[in-house]
Amino acid sequence: MVTVYEKKPGHEKKAGLSRRELLKRGGAGALLIISGSAVISPEHAWGLETSALKPETMATLIQVARDIYPHDQVPDKYYAIAVKGHDETAAKDPAHKELIEKGIAELDKKAGKGGYRGLGWEEQRVALLTDIEKTPFFQAVRGGLVVSLYNQKELWPIFGYEGESYSKGGYIARGFNDIEWL
Amino acid sequence: MAASFDLKNDGVVVIIGSGAGGGTLGNELAQKGIDVVILEAGARHEYEDFINDEWDSFAQLAWKDKRTTSGDWRVAKDFPNLPAWIVKSVGGSTTHWAGASLRFQEHEFKAATTYGKVKGANLLDWPVTLAEMEPYYAKAEAKMGVTGTNNWPRLPGNNNFKVLKAGADKLGYKECHTGNMAINSVERDDRNSCQQTGFCFQGCKWGAKWSTLYTEIPKGEATGHLEVRPNSMVIKINHDASGKVTGVVYADKDGKLQEQKARIVAVAGNSIESPRLLLNSESSKFPHGLANSSGQVGKNYMRHTTGSVYAIFDKPVHMYRGTTMAGIIRDEARHDPSRGFVGGYEMETLSLGLPFMAAFLNPGGWGRSFTTALDHYDHMAGLWIVGEDMPREENRITLHKDEKDEHGMPIADVHFDDHPNDEAMRNHAYKQGQALYAAVGATRTFPTPPYPSTHNLGTNRMSEKAEDGVVNKHGQSHDIKNLFVSDGSQFTTGAAENPTLTIVTLAIRQADYIAAQMSAKTI
Repeated sequence: MVTVYEKKPGHEKKAGLSRRELLKRGGAGALLIISGSAVISPEHAWGLETSALKPETMATLIQVARDIYPHDQVPDKYYAIAVKGHDETAAKDPAHKELIEKGIAELDKKAGKGGYRGLGWEEQRVALLTDIEKTPFFQAVRGGLVVSLYNQKELWPIFGYEGESYSKGGYIARGFNDIEWL
Repeated sequence: MAASFDLKNDGVVVIIGSGAGGGTLGNELAQKGIDVVILEAGARHEYEDFINDEWDSFAQLAWKDKRTTSGDWRVAKDFPNLPAWIVKSVGGSTTHWAGASLRFQEHEFKAATTYGKVKGANLLDWPVTLAEMEPYYAKAEAKMGVTGTNNWPRLPGNNNFKVLKAGADKLGYKECHTGNMAINSVERDDRNSCQQTGFCFQGCKWGAKWSTLYTEIPKGEATGHLEVRPNSMVIKINHDASGKVTGVVYADKDGKLQEQKARIVAVAGNSIESPRLLLNSESSKFPHGLANSSGQVGKNYMRHTTGSVYAIFDKPVHMYRGTTMAGIIRDEARHDPSRGFVGGYEMETLSLGLPFMAAFLNPGGWGRSFTTALDHYDHMAGLWIVGEDMPREENRITLHKDEKDEHGMPIADVHFDDHPNDEAMRNHAYKQGQALYAAVGATRTFPTPPYPSTHNLGTNRMSEKAEDGVVNKHGQSHDIKNLFVSDGSQFTTGAAENPTLTIVTLAIRQADYIAAQMSAKTI
């Protein structure tokens, strides 16, 4: 079972660590922290529990997702939601589990000491991804992501997409022809 | 009230498919008092059931059954199992279409004569002329409520149109307007007018866009001569020893095989399913499939030369607001070989929502080059290119050698290679589209590759002579008198225009012919 949750007071036990402890362990500037079976973002108060994939793998997968479709205005949480399906699939399908675990392990290996997440510049990480662009691992991650990331309704306003409009009467009285700069 | 016919009733006309061709033919025949059974593979979703959400709507309406692809077209690489974006639902692709309703140009009915010999193209003149089609075009426009005809006003231009128009003016294009759209600009035919909702492709929840689902079909049902049977996937057409067709075998909603007897069978399953069905109906008498003495069934598959151009501006556009395709430039639709290709193309406004833009802007693309485009989604404008592509024998639908669907019917393989003429036209259109947006101040433009085919044409083509094609000028098969083709697969060539108006026009004309032949007892 994988859940993404806002880290409200009642949820702290689930994560097994208090926010204070997390901050202490992670140190200043840490983006994602691994705790037990969870990936936690103390700065932004959310966590993602894994059931089949190693939480370290999930944390790297979240970074890979951001490096594939980098949007600086989109918080990590949405990338976490976008890749959590891989954990669910891995729980049911050992072949998928191996595909992801092995794919991430190889990325870490190529990255050298400190692993993939240890590479400080996006360019460095993207260079590694470009090398594996044709692999089934990369294709599985990118192919799923194009739907699981961009189909999150909560994310649409960030891009200025308004979504469903029928219930609001369409745009006939809401700016279908409001362009003024031409 | 909708009719209900017995499976053994061999007096009915059986139509396979309920879209632009099948739905229209069904109503036209029913209005004449002829009993019709329409077998539709998909379910029946009424317009209030449509969903303003791209992926959810795709799941509801799209034909998702597996197909395979081959050839050098980019769709085979990007969407190997989704060569076409068409619909499996009552109303067929008229639920999904954008509404653009243009008559073909006179010369486009005479492609072989006009364009001359084009290497690697299987060009042929249509056995009908524009003059013969005109009275039926007029009937189709009146039926569908096409704007800019019959004194119906054109739709108001949305933001995306205004950008297109500004660019057209800068480039000196003369014929740019909000199109001839089968979308109500005023309330008519007991249906709403367009509310500029922006989800034309997901089914119009207002019912403002013409679709057989809520026009032809209920009107036909009201005569008591039409029955629409949804969730009925036809897998074989049967014939007797004389070669006349006698009925069809279909899998019903429970997957159980049934046979519906018929006096006449009309195939209208779109240009992939229609030839698939004819090929799958092979018998000892017709070892290469029904109506295939010419060997042309499944061949000459056309999909229009398409592509899109999107552009980013330094100020907002909100292109997704309003009628998706109400905007057209027609100047490039002429035949002018000095541009380096035969035939022409239309430029029409187009918009995708964010989820589909991510999937289709540059399939397979990733990294900042890709994502910075989406970052400016609300500053984007877009147009679609739709031009005449060349019929080629090797571009064809075949039955897959190994893979079968849930009913044991071989799945379809769609092979397509771009003709050099297609490539030259597409590149010309990309250049014009990019220049158009640059003229309005675009900071970045995107020559976007073709999507899975929405215009699927030509795989049972019309011909004067039986050896050149599958059906005659009335869509009647050359080989079997009581077997008809009623969809876009009849098209001899593709022309530059969106095909639906011509499919509807042919169906109205075909209904007159079938009724006359039935009266004369020749079929």
